[in-house]
Order: sequence, then structure tokens, then C-alpha cells
Amino acid sequence: MVWCPDWSVVAALEEAEASPRSPAAVLSANVVEVCNGPARSEGVRRGQRRRDAEARCPGLLVLPTNPDRDARAFEPVLATVEDLRPGVASLRPGLLAVRAPGSWYGTEEEAAATVCQALVETGVWDVRIGIADDLFTAEQAARTAKVQSWEVVAVGGSAPFLRGLPVHVLEGDGPQGRELVSLLQRLGLRTLGDLADLPGAAVEHRLGLYGAEVRRRARGEDAALFGARTPPPELDAEVAFEPPLDSVEAITFSVRTTAERFVTQLAHHQVVATGVRIEAEAEGAVCSSRTWLHPRHFSARDLVDRVHWQLQSSTVGGSLRSAKDSGAVRAPIDRVRFLPEVVEPAAAHGEALWGAASDDLVERGVARIQGMVGFDAVRRPVLQGGRSPSARQSLVPWGERPVDLRPLDRPWPGRVPGPAPVRVFATPPAAEVVDDAGREVRVSDRGVVTGEPRRFRVGGGVLPWQPVTAWAGPWPTDEGWWADGVGLSARFQVVGADGRAWLLLRAPDGWSLEAGYD
Amino acid sequence: MSSARSVAALDPGRSVVEQLRERVAAMEHKPAAQAVPTLPGLAALVPLHAGATYGVDSASLALALAAGASQAGEWVGFAGCADFGVEAAAELGFELSRTVLVPDPGDHWLEVAAALVDVLRVVVLRPPASVDARAAGVLDSRLRTRSSVLVVHGHWPRVAARLSVEESSWTGPTSGAGQLLERRARVVVHRGARPPQRAELTWPGVHRADPQVHELRRASG
Repeated sequence: MVWCPDWSVVAALEEAEASPRSPAAVLSANVVEVCNGPARSEGVRRGQRRRDAEARCPGLLVLPTNPDRDARAFEPVLATVEDLRPGVASLRPGLLAVRAPGSWYGTEEEAAATVCQALVETGVWDVRIGIADDLFTAEQAARTAKVQSWEVVAVGGSAPFLRGLPVHVLEGDGPQGRELVSLLQRLGLRTLGDLADLPGAAVEHRLGLYGAEVRRRARGEDAALFGARTPPPELDAEVAFEPPLDSVEAITFSVRTTAERFVTQLAHHQVVATGVRIEAEAEGAVCSSRTWLHPRHFSARDLVDRVHWQLQSSTVGGSLRSAKDSGAVRAPIDRVRFLPEVVEPAAAHGEALWGAASDDLVERGVARIQGMVGFDAVRRPVLQGGRSPSARQSLVPWGERPVDLRPLDRPWPGRVPGPAPVRVFATPPAAEVVDDAGREVRVSDRGVVTGEPRRFRVGGGVLPWQPVTAWAGPWPTDEGWWADGVGLSARFQVVGADGRAWLLLRAPDGWSLEAGYD
Repeated sequence: MSSARSVAALDPGRSVVEQLRERVAAMEHKPAAQAVPTLPGLAALVPLHAGATYGVDSASLALALAAGASQAGEWVGFAGCADFGVEAAAELGFELSRTVLVPDPGDHWLEVAAALVDVLRVVVLRPPASVDARAAGVLDSRLRTRSSVLVVHGHWPRVAARLSVEESSWTGPTSGAGQLLERRARVVVHRGARPPQRAELTWPGVHRADPQVHELRRASG
């Protein structure tokens, strides 16, 4: 069991690019959910209200709760441990279970040291490891361990180890744990051992199923282990050539039936392959191996095409493809093997006769794009309240829930009426607007326009001046005046000579082009 | 949920059997010619067909072409449109929860567009300045086997129809008074070597403003 304490704070600090040593707390509904060590030493506690927490620790960094972020940040930790010992189970962000590597690293202590070192190298400072017979004991052992250290409970030693623990360790189980702790303390039961000594029927009667479960755990009777992965059925398919073939055309022709068999075999298990590894062997050794991904799923014909491309690309280097050697392979191939790498239920990939592509399919497609260009690059548009067009919208990363949206049903005085602009610039380009005499148009503190806009241009002189045929405004706003805001700014709708309309913003520091009606 | 949405996805004006036949043909990877829902104001001018590419020269036309499908509950996507106006889309009836944005695909724009075309019904792409015929060919061949429509805002080597705004005017503002109310634009549609077709459209909510085109259609057909 590997435990990284206060993981949401660690993840949030990493996202906020703040120092991991600064006091911080993650709040949900203005109540402290998790806080880190420096904050705890200042007196911040879980369940405290925001006001109280900030009063005790004025420098407290308050971070919003976001379970998706925590899980995402925990992914590299899982991968690191998985490199050392496969079969990792993530119990929740910050806590993972893995079978203690056997004698490979020597003793269990040495294994723990190896895992610990690997994690510290990836930048996770606070790592604690517990090793025990069952999950509950291992978690408690990890909680008693020091930073970057480990605690080993000997085989069969779970019950004595747990007996000595005070009951408040159950607080980690969430609200029902906290409730039980308070009840047990009022009953005068101080340690888990006290609970374990009570008769089982009485505990179940008074404390319910959860209490009975805790008692079983404390007696070391509950050997909860994490779900072991069931090995998938053997779905590989291979074909051997005797004698070995040395032409791509002949090979692709011969793998056709094998590819069909491979796809039917998968269909028999009601799955389809979206990622397949194709291996070609020459003289008993793998000479070409590559994983192919398919946007939907592989049919037999797709597989044959992939074999063709793979063998052909391994024969000719890059784009220097001459007609002479395009059909020959480097060494005669005597075996081609298909290994399914990613299989998914066939039902998720069927195209519906009624209606469009299923939502699952879209999710998968978008996940693939996220893999290509990054998690943040794919967005989902949502509306929110605000005065400027860019404040009235928000682009939420795909797969995350929008948080802290301003309400739409408020009046938002000062917002520009009329149809919404089609183009909203994320970074408004600077603009210039002048009147008849060529002077810059300004807006006074009382919202009076100093001259009539006649010409405007964008991009600091790169684009030519454009005459204004019609304009409307100003719509003044003074946002954040209570906290040293930018001062009075005003928006104008301006129609250019080409019949296109723009939304221009006059801020104290100059004009900018906020949006276009195109 | 799916049954309510899918019935809406069928065009009530045409026979159900015929539309289902088209879908079966699309699933069997035959050349798709399935009709994709289009806004009523645009349906007579540019009926969208699956597997085709349409070129536009303004963001509002791109939005209008994708709006019909989104209203009908289909998934739509925008690649390279960093200045997507969410409120304008909502006013056109976009189902925002079924809209995917990739504001800045960078160098991967072709792969991103291809991946979007695989799963979405209408994809609006703003490609970088220069698109060579090979890159366009990759996407076109992908489109042919999918039941989706590509709308390109910008230059594209081969399109089924190209829409451009010839003339545009706004009513509402004068010298400082009023506000933007209505936009009228003359849109011209080029289809290969055929004579260009013109139409007057009005915003907000794309509508046809020229009755004579309907009369011409009635006289000819």
C-alpha cells in the first residue's frame, strides 16, 4: 500500500504552480476538505469553515476542490509503481495498492525502499508505504509510517498491530467513520482492540453493518484484498509460411484468412479490436513489430492493409521508394502474428440504425484527440453570466465539470444588447479609433464620448484604416471599482465600410477589438 | 432518450424507408449521399450531403451550416476556431453539450480534423493558410467512408460548394444611437462550373429574404 497524504492539496498546488511547502487547503462548500502539513501546524483542521481557517493561518492558500484533477495528477504515480510491479490498483487518488514484490528486490523493506525512491525521483515528496497481509492493515501501517519511509507488519501480525491503534484512525473512512469514532469515544472505547473484544452480535446490533465490519477488520478476520485482474482469453492469431515468403503481395494474400479468423474469434467474444500489434518473424526472430490503432475497429481487410503497409515501410526507407524494390521484403518472412492490444465491447462500436453515432463513440474519438494534442486542447463550450462577450462564455476542458460559473439569470447591467458576436477573441488585438480631426476617440469619466468615431484600424498599423459607416454606444461598465479595477471602460458597436460589424472596447489604456459579428 | 432524439434526426418530409436505406448504405461503406439536417433558411440553397466538403469565407456562414445538424441532436465539432462565439451558437440553437471544440490544434490540425470526422456529423475546420492537395486528399478520402460533413472556413483545394458573402449591411445603429438589430447579406454559392447562385440571407437566425428564388424554383421544377 502506497499512501501520498493530502493528495488533493499536492495536486492543486502543482496545478497552481505554487511551492509544495506553502500552507494550503482544498475547500468544498467553504469547508476545509483537506489541508497540508504546514497548514495543519498553524491550526487548520478538516471540517473547519473557511473564515476560521483563514483566521488561524492568514497566509493560507485556498484551492478549489476538483476530483478529476486529483485523479489525473495521480496517474504518473500509478505508472511509476506499475513499472516496478504490474497489477496496481488505485483505491482513490493518493492511495494505491500493489502486491508486495516478492523476492525480486530482496526483502519487503528493500522493495518498499525501491518504490519510495522511484516516486521521490518523480517529484512526489510525501510518500508513505505500509506492507501487511490485508488492505486495511496496510493502509493503517502506511498512515503510521514517516515521510518517505515504510512500516512493515509481519505476516499474521495484523491483529496485534491493529489492537493498539486509537479509534480515530477510522476518520479516514469518511462521514460514517467520523460518526462511529465519536460514538466509540463517548462509549469509552479508546482503541480498536477495545472494539475487537466486544461480542460480535452486540456490535452488529448497536453499531450496524459498518461497525461489525470494523470489528472484523480489527480482529484481523477480514482479509480484504484488491480485485486481481482476470487474465483475458487468448485472442492472438498467427500464420506460418512454409517455405518463407519474400514478397509483400504474397504475404498479404496469405494472411487474409488468418485476419478473418482473428476478427471472427474476437466477434465470438463480443469484442472488437481497436489496437492491434502486428509482428512478422524472419528466421525465427521478430524482424518487424508495430502497433496499429484504428479510429473505429479493425475489419479483416483493414488488418491485411496494415500488414502490407508495415512490411512495405520496413523494406523501403522513407520516401525513397523505387518501383524495383517496393514489393520485396528484407528477409523472407516465415510467420505473421496478430496480437489484440486494445479490445472493446462490440456493442459500443455498432452504428445505430436509428440516430447517429453513439455517445460512447464520440467519447472515444475525443479521448484519442486528447492523446494527440493534450488534455487541455479539447474544450466544451458553456454559457455563463457576464458583461463582455468573452466573459459570457467559458471553454471547459473536455471531460471536466465546469466550476465557478457566473449565473446567467442576473441582469448584468452594462452588457451590450443585440445579437451575440460570432467571433470572440480570446486575446483582443489592439485597435485605434479616431474622429474627423484624426484625434483618438476617448470616453470621459462620466461616459461622454469626446468625438464621433470616423475611422478605425486593427493590429497596430498592419491593416489599413477603415471608415466607420455606423456606430452605436457607448455601453459603459466600471468593473471591480471596489478593488482597484481597471476603471471605466466602454464598448462600441462599429460597422465598417465592408458591412461587417465589430465590438470595440475603450479601456483606460486604449482601444481593443473584443469581438466580431462577421 | 435515444429514441426521442433519433426520430427527430429523421427528416419528416421524406419517406422513412428511403432514409433508412441511405443509412444502411452508409454503414456498408458505400459512397454516402445521406442528407444532413440543414437550417430551413439554407436548405434550399445548400442542402448538406454526408461525405462532401463545403467552403465558406465567414465565421457566421460556418456556424449557420453546422447549426441545423446540432439542432437535430447531432454531434458537431470545430477545429482551429479559437474565436468561437458560444453565445452566438446558442442563439442559433446549438446543443452545446454535443459540441466539441479544438481551439488550437497547432501542427496536428489534419490528424485532429480526421479524428473528428470519424465520430462527429459536422466538422468545421479553419485550416492554416496553405493547404496542399495531398493533405486535403487524406481528409477527403476519410470523409467518403464516413457519414459526416466537412465545412472549411478558408482555402481548400476541392469543395462541393463554396459560399461567400458578397455584400453585407446592418440595420440598427446610426451615429451613436440605437444598437445592432439585423444583418442582411447577399451570399453567392459557387458549385464547380455551374453558374453561381445568389441569395439574400438575414441574421439573427438565418432566414431567406428573397422570395423570387422560391418562385424560380417552382417555375423550373
